[in-house]
Amino acid sequence: MIISTNISKKYGQSKVLNIESLDIPKGQSFGLVGNNGAGKTTYFNILLDLIRPTTGNIKNNNIIVNESENWKSFTGSFIDESFLIGYLTPEEYFYFIGNLRGMNKADVDKFLRQFEELFNDEIIGKKKYLRHLSKGNQKKAGIVAAMMGNPEVIILDEPFANLDPTTQIRLKKILKILTDDHAVTLLVSSHDLNHVTEVCERIVVLDKGLVVKDIKTSAKTLAELENYFAV
Amino acid sequence: MILHFLKLEWKQYFRSSYWGKGIALKILMVFFALYFIISFLAIGIGGYFFLKKEYPEQDPLQIVNSILVFAILGDLIFRYLMQKLPVMNIKPMLILPIKKNTLVNYVLGKSAFSFFNFISLFFYVPFSIVLIKEGYSIAGVLGWFLAMLFIIQTVNFLNFLINKNNIAFWIIAITTASLIALQKFEILDITIYSQQLFDTIVANPLLCIIPLALVGILYFLNYKQLRSKVYLDDAVATKTEEANSTDLSWANRFGDVAPFIKNDIRLIWRNKRTKTVFLMSFLFLFYGLIFFTNPVYEEKMPAFLIFAALFVTGGFALNYGQFIPAWDSSHYKMLMSQNIRYRKFLDSKWFLMVAMTAILYFLSIPYLYFGLDIFLMITAGAIFNIGFNSLFLLYAGSFNRKRIDLDKGGFTNMQGTSATQFLIIIPIMGIPMLLFYILSKLVGFNAGIIAIATVGLTGILFKNYFMDLIEKKYLRDKYATIHAFDQKA
Repeated sequence: MIISTNISKKYGQSKVLNIESLDIPKGQSFGLVGNNGAGKTTYFNILLDLIRPTTGNIKNNNIIVNESENWKSFTGSFIDESFLIGYLTPEEYFYFIGNLRGMNKADVDKFLRQFEELFNDEIIGKKKYLRHLSKGNQKKAGIVAAMMGNPEVIILDEPFANLDPTTQIRLKKILKILTDDHAVTLLVSSHDLNHVTEVCERIVVLDKGLVVKDIKTSAKTLAELENYFAV
Repeated sequence: MILHFLKLEWKQYFRSSYWGKGIALKILMVFFALYFIISFLAIGIGGYFFLKKEYPEQDPLQIVNSILVFAILGDLIFRYLMQKLPVMNIKPMLILPIKKNTLVNYVLGKSAFSFFNFISLFFYVPFSIVLIKEGYSIAGVLGWFLAMLFIIQTVNFLNFLINKNNIAFWIIAITTASLIALQKFEILDITIYSQQLFDTIVANPLLCIIPLALVGILYFLNYKQLRSKVYLDDAVATKTEEANSTDLSWANRFGDVAPFIKNDIRLIWRNKRTKTVFLMSFLFLFYGLIFFTNPVYEEKMPAFLIFAALFVTGGFALNYGQFIPAWDSSHYKMLMSQNIRYRKFLDSKWFLMVAMTAILYFLSIPYLYFGLDIFLMITAGAIFNIGFNSLFLLYAGSFNRKRIDLDKGGFTNMQGTSATQFLIIIPIMGIPMLLFYILSKLVGFNAGIIAIATVGLTGILFKNYFMDLIEKKYLRDKYATIHAFDQKA
């Protein structure tokens, strides 16, 4: 589904990303881990055509992302709070994104009902603008918006950060159900090794822009990762 | 401790986004500052002699004294609108081992040196010097000057006390207005009392300790109030207003563009700065009055009437349009990763500018009072604003590379300004003025008007063609824009 060939990104002399090849098959739940500056967000930004790679390209469902924009119709993403429109209420934001993804008001309402548990009564009907929500609640809104309109690819950067424990567990459940039938390709990055091993069937470790590990998740994965990062 | 704070102030000042601004803007701002300083200095130095010449039988100091009451009230109103106590700056200090008393004293003490307290000194200092040179008693003038100095500080601290309260503002505003009205209809002449009051200070300079005592009392009240509120859930808290969800479903009739139009309306209404732009555009409606009531322009510089005519209907398009797409800079990345045609985003902005120009044009109909020629100029200006300026502003917007944080204040906020904003004035104002100037000289008034309207109509007719070009330009610059909007000042 997502084929990266010879991707690199240079800022001046420093190479922040250098991936020779990385294929993510359709329906895989894929986790990206690495310390700060490993290149996780850079990779996602290139995948979303928000920055240009210095060399190489990424194909999303056979569409080269920086040549055509057709990938946008089946790709949902949430990178950080700059993906939210601060002066809208969460409802207005969902209707706006829903509209862009071909959902009418009733569709959006129906869609949101699935997430009542995740929202925990803190998002909908609160008469607050997104910019005044807490970091965690902003994140919830952004993640749910990324899932609107049945996307085939969902990209979430650090989805677990800033969430409270209950929400983390609920989100894990939602992500697992989402990827259960292997219809959705899920890309997640995280600093939390526990969560990422639970949600993802494959984990890639980046270090200073390079792929240093590519693991099919098993019972031993968490220990292996902890061992790797305990330097 | 104070030294630490001063060092921080120094760094805050020189590392603020202000210094990152383009050279053109810096020059302009220095120019404005100089303009104010020089005007006040000129009034301060020349004021005495001017009053002496105009009213030879009266004492200039007494005239000044008689109107001081209005100056002070005006100062208070001005400060109420513009000056806020900079409490937020101490938030990072709350958890450091610094006594809260020190912080509060620091914030209050710093406000004593605020810019607002210095502007009027540019008048009082030279005026006092002139008074002494002209043979007034040194003690009297010094007492008067000190009293002024303390009154400025009194107003400074009074403002912080009443600033949270809208009722206080209305009381002051209504008092001022009624005093002016009473004065005008000769019912009560407050200036007599004002003069008596300040004359007494000149006669008894030691009385200047009264305003000094006032400063002391107000400082103490401020201190007490602020000291009890230095908590995250109180004075230091950022205020959150309740969301108002107005029904915008009427916009649905615009089809594909509707969600963007709804967003833009919310953008304008829910953010201070855009709201200011919106409300100011109605003030620009009156801009024409300055020009159309002055026969000099009609006789000698008719091209300037075109300038005014453009502003009458173009206030919104110009002020809003010049910062497209920076209004959306905080969520630009999201827009770029969504399944949208950039065209719709641009169409929505275009629609807003055109709709507002049309509304303003409708409201400008009373200008018919100044004659058909004037109204024809406004009409041609409106067509030009709709046809040419709206498209040109969109095109120029693709050069905008400065982020705008919408939640930052409105008035006097220059964030997002770059050389682009100055360069666009040339075609937007220059082309119609030049066209009119040349054609009205060579052919006649009507030819000039028709030429301006024709340029506008051409823009309307070929709108889609130009929009295609503009859209391509925006898409070409996409990465540079995303990168630039990511840079927080």
